[in-house]
Amino acid sequence: MSSNSQTISPVASPVTSSHVKSSSGYSGTQDINDMSRSFALTTKLDSIIAWGRKNALWPMPYGTACCGIELMSVMGPRYDLARFGAEVVRFSPRQSDLLLVAGTITEKMAPVLIRIYRQMLEPKYVLSMGACASSGGFYRAYHVLQGCDKVIPVDVYVPGCPPTPEAVLDGIMLLQKMIASGQPRPWRDNWKAPDHD
Amino acid sequence: MTSLEEFKKEFTQAGIAVENYQFSRAFGDDVILMPKEDLLKVFSLLRKNQKFDFLMDICGADYPQREKNGGKRFEVVYHFFNSKNAQRLRIKALVGDGETIDSALPVWRGADWFEREAYDMFGIIFKGHPNLRKLLTHHQFVGHPLRKDYEADRQQHCTQSIPIHFDNEPGVDGNILNENFVPINIGPSHPAMHGTLRVMAELDGETIVRASCEIGYLHRCFEKMAETHPYNQVIPYTDRLNYCSAPMNNVGYCKTVEKLMGIEIPPRAQALRVILCELSRIIDHIISVGTGGVDLGALTAFFHLFTYREKVYTLFEKLCGARLTVSMTRVGGMAQDAPDGWFDEVLSFCKEMRAGVDEITKLFLDNKIFIERTQGVCPISAADAIQWGYTGPLLRACGVGLDLRKVSPYYGYENYQFDVPIGSAGDIYDRYLVRIEEMKQSIRIVEQVCKSVPTGDYTVRLKGVVLPEKKDVYGNIEGLMNHFMLVIKGLRPPIGETYDATEAANGELGFYLVSDGSANPYRLKVRPPCFAIWQSFPTVVKGALIADAVATVASMNVIAGELDR
Repeated sequence: MSSNSQTISPVASPVTSSHVKSSSGYSGTQDINDMSRSFALTTKLDSIIAWGRKNALWPMPYGTACCGIELMSVMGPRYDLARFGAEVVRFSPRQSDLLLVAGTITEKMAPVLIRIYRQMLEPKYVLSMGACASSGGFYRAYHVLQGCDKVIPVDVYVPGCPPTPEAVLDGIMLLQKMIASGQPRPWRDNWKAPDHD
Repeated sequence: MTSLEEFKKEFTQAGIAVENYQFSRAFGDDVILMPKEDLLKVFSLLRKNQKFDFLMDICGADYPQREKNGGKRFEVVYHFFNSKNAQRLRIKALVGDGETIDSALPVWRGADWFEREAYDMFGIIFKGHPNLRKLLTHHQFVGHPLRKDYEADRQQHCTQSIPIHFDNEPGVDGNILNENFVPINIGPSHPAMHGTLRVMAELDGETIVRASCEIGYLHRCFEKMAETHPYNQVIPYTDRLNYCSAPMNNVGYCKTVEKLMGIEIPPRAQALRVILCELSRIIDHIISVGTGGVDLGALTAFFHLFTYREKVYTLFEKLCGARLTVSMTRVGGMAQDAPDGWFDEVLSFCKEMRAGVDEITKLFLDNKIFIERTQGVCPISAADAIQWGYTGPLLRACGVGLDLRKVSPYYGYENYQFDVPIGSAGDIYDRYLVRIEEMKQSIRIVEQVCKSVPTGDYTVRLKGVVLPEKKDVYGNIEGLMNHFMLVIKGLRPPIGETYDATEAANGELGFYLVSDGSANPYRLKVRPPCFAIWQSFPTVVKGALIADAVATVASMNVIAGELDR
């Protein structure tokens, strides 16, 4: 998606219609052909699809470690990810479009992560939560993958060990902006699956 | 208590020649170094005489310098525990590179994974172990990472997942699947497996014919990291062992280092540690009960319980700024004092939590669906539990009232009024029953501590242990020098080794620490409580339904961070 058009939200339709009203000098009886002006809006197909996508992310929580516990807080009652349209947690990658990598990915786990990512349907996004998932964190160690971006393309990195739930929400909002603006994702487009099973 | 002299006498009476044995005491622990050929004889004797009922831990240690001097390179260290009088004994045997040592499996069933881990980490070969293969590292990994000549950051990539396999049994190769049954793989990415566990099973209909676990999907090399970091920098790593109750690991580790250094921490630090530990126990049980509910289909209870967990997070945040991984302890005491009014806030939380526990009781223990799903499901007998090395709530659910806070109290637990709840059946229901009752007891303890917090300093003020206060660092030359020396030279415990254990949320959390007098630990072995518990899983669920196996996983509360380390 590469649309740069202005996004017009359908919820703002009353505002839009009143704006249309005043600018066109519309008054008096309503012609049957002008009915559309009272409730319709104009936008690009790309934008409306992006709007739908960003507000209906279905996350797959890949919680492996401590960050997984903080992710529970993000989903939990106080921080409530549902407010951002991403509450339908799916544990099947085939039903989700946002992979939340929350926790350390070890060398042993890497082939599993790749397989999960490949099973997800397009368009798909990846959020790397915490220092371990982003870079290996303070585990510069023989059995820890030094960042999940070694094997899958990551869209948003959230720093912290573990990040606060606010930071994760911020990361999700950033991703939503990214989806809405249709920003190019070369890391995703140029990604080649590692030579794994 | 049996003294070392009495052990010597008993061994001699049993016809074991003790001339080559070394009996010694190290930092309050009894240690016997014996030739590896005698191990099985001595183990059988210790069990027969009922001296020790628990084999808590088996671990290896690598001393390459000894090999250069013509000695044997590895030490295998066994930790025994007697639940009757809290006596501990450490037995050590030397083994050279490529040599074999007898497996303790015929005497203690729970030796299974501990020996496999020692094989994986050091390449020590246990003769008679039927499944001596890698446990924590991936199957394409070459070498033994905890050997001193393996560099800490030398990664080896894994390109394939290991296929479904089972443990070898007499006459049956575990890698060959039975065509009559349906093989099933659950995890490591599966909601019931809590992130990183993996269970493989063969099913006849819905009944499990045989099962096996693959672990190590969160093996973050804690022990190697500890060897490459100064003592105080290991504390944040301990947070991430059992991340559901991080402060307890801090306390367990610092207590071990303090034991080695002979430091007695001030009463206020002890009180703060007790509060942190008991609050952690509550929130750990919240996770266990809440996710247990999710695995049985009760999502609401999880959301409800998490509100209480958030309240404890807020308390932790006020105390030190972090929510989950607090790293609040230091060797010698605490990092800082509690802010004004904090204890009152803890007290008001206790009041809310009391009401919360009553709600949890109603939601779970009085719930017909919950009762039907858990009562009489996958029980384990007390004798079996001890054989496997169960500790903590799971052991108490079987009716064994072992709690380190009672049998070998630390930090003034002997002064607080609390009961140790025990179950009777050892089934899943009793495990939750015990956990929920323990939450009530923890609230009792926290209330008692908060009402009488001792005044005074929150840390010892020894110049070689604790950094001086900032006003001294900036204000006088001595403070500046002490600060400089401690930062440059680091904390240096005396040469020696010790084992210390605390009652963590899942059971006995032990640390075996070897110091060579340098600024980093020479060897730090964690005895994680759920490691011993999880190894029994294939046996416990054999013959059960697959849905009951899922309930069992949840009730065991296996935390991958401390399981795989």
